[in-house]
Amino acid sequence: MSSASIEVKLANNKYDIDKEVHVSIREDICKKCDEHYCLFACPADCFKLTEDHITFSYEGCLECGSCKIVCDKDAIDWTLPRAGFGICYQYG
Amino acid sequence: MWGGAFYGPTLFQLFPRFWEEAPIERYIHRHKFSLLTQDSSLSAEFTTKKFGEPPYNGFSVLRAKFDRWFASKAEQAGAIIATGLQAEDLLWDRNAVAGIKAGGDELPASVVIACDGVNSDLTDKAGLRGKLSPRDIKQGVKEVIQIPRQLLEQRFNLSGEEGIAWEFIGSFTRGIPGGAFIYTNKESLSVGIVAQLSALCEKKIGANDLLENFKQHPSVAVLLAGGNLVEYSAHLIPTSGKAMIPTLYSDGFLVAGDAASFVLATGLTLEGANFAIVSGTAAAEAVIRAKQKRDFSKKSLSCYPELLKQSFVLKDLKTFKKASHFLENSRIYSQYPELACDLANKIFTNDGKPRKKIWKLLKNSMKDRVAFSEILRDLIQIKRAL
Repeated sequence: MSSASIEVKLANNKYDIDKEVHVSIREDICKKCDEHYCLFACPADCFKLTEDHITFSYEGCLECGSCKIVCDKDAIDWTLPRAGFGICYQYG
Repeated sequence: MWGGAFYGPTLFQLFPRFWEEAPIERYIHRHKFSLLTQDSSLSAEFTTKKFGEPPYNGFSVLRAKFDRWFASKAEQAGAIIATGLQAEDLLWDRNAVAGIKAGGDELPASVVIACDGVNSDLTDKAGLRGKLSPRDIKQGVKEVIQIPRQLLEQRFNLSGEEGIAWEFIGSFTRGIPGGAFIYTNKESLSVGIVAQLSALCEKKIGANDLLENFKQHPSVAVLLAGGNLVEYSAHLIPTSGKAMIPTLYSDGFLVAGDAASFVLATGLTLEGANFAIVSGTAAAEAVIRAKQKRDFSKKSLSCYPELLKQSFVLKDLKTFKKASHFLENSRIYSQYPELACDLANKIFTNDGKPRKKIWKLLKNSMKDRVAFSEILRDLIQIKRAL
C-alpha cells in the first residue's frame, strides 16, 4: 500500500497535537545511514526519504516506539508527548 | 491499545462477575484458526458449551472503555489516578529509587512500580535493562472497523453476546514471523496484524502493507465488506519471553507487565493483559509485605520474583522459553500453509480423473516445498518448544 493509504487511515484518529516535538532525528547521522530501517518500522509513515535525506514529522505518531528500537545508529531522540497530548485512542 | 481479546480467570478472581458491570464487548465462545495462501484458506474451529457459560473463558474488549472502568475500580479501592501527569524520571536516595519526577514536581514514594509498557523509560532509567532488540519485538497494527450489529452477527454466525477470536497465518506476511487476527466486538471488528520488527526492516516492508495484503485476501475481504474504519493504531509486543525479562527489582523499585516483557507468545496464543494484571497484583503483594517490615530494600522486595514463580507468569514463560526461537522458522508462515492448502485443494477438487491415495497427494504437495527431513526436524522442535 502507498503511504497515502496510511494518511487516510490516520485521518480517522483523534490527536491532541502538542506544540513541543516529542521525537526528533539527528539529520547528520541519518545522512550517513544506508539502511533507513525507520521508513519500514514506522506504522504511521512519519519518516520520509526525500532525495538523499530523511525527514520526520511527529504529528501522526502512534507512539509505538518502533523507530527508536530499529535505529542502530541511535539517531532518534524518542519520548512520549507531554501528558494529555498525542494520540487519543477512542477505541484502543 | 491492545489486540482486543483477553483470557482466563485473572480478572474474575479480582472482581467476581465483573462481566456484569465491566464494558466488555463479547465473550469469546469460538476460536478459529486459518492458514491462508494467496487465494485459498484452510480453517479449524473450536467451541465448547462451557465457553458460553460464566465465568467464560475469554472476552473481546476495547481498551478506551475498559480502562476507564478498571481505573474506577482502583479508585474505589483507594488509589489516586493521575493520567494528567507523566512519570518522566526517577528520584534517587543514594542507590535507591525514592519516587518519581512528573510535570516539574517531585513525588516521593517508598516503592515505584514501573508498569509503563514495552518502552519502559523508568526501567531503563533504573538501569535494569539494556536496549531492546527488534528481533525480540513484534509490531502490532490494528484497525477498528465498524459493522452494523445485525450484519456482524449474521456474518460471523453469532447470537446475543457471543463472539469469535479468529487467528490467521500464511502468505500475507511474506515469510515474516507473525500473523493476523479478527476479534468481534459488539458493533465492530478488531482487525490486525503482528509482525517481527527486525524482519519488517530486513525485508523492507511496512506492517500496514501486510495488513492490506491480509484484508484483500478473498476469504477475509468478505468478512470486512461494507465496514467503516474508525481507528488505526499501533503497539509493540515483547515476544521473546523469558530470554528478554529485565532485572525485576532493585532498591525501591519493581517492574511489571509489558515493561517486564511478561508476554506469552506460543504461535497459537499471544497473551499479555492477564500477565500484566497478575504481575501487578504480585508487585502490590510484595510492597505490602515490604511495608509490614518497613523495609523497601532490594532484599526485602526479593519476594516479588518468588510470588511470580508461584503464579503462571514465570511458570508459563519458563515452559515456553524455547517458543520464540522456534517461531522464527519461516516454513511456519510460508511452506506449511501452502502445503496444507495445496493438499486440501487436491483432495476436494473433482477434475473427473481417477483419484489418487491421499498419501500420494501429500508427497506430491510436499515436492519443491518441504522435505521429510525438514518436517521431522520441525516436529522435534515443536516437541521441545511447545
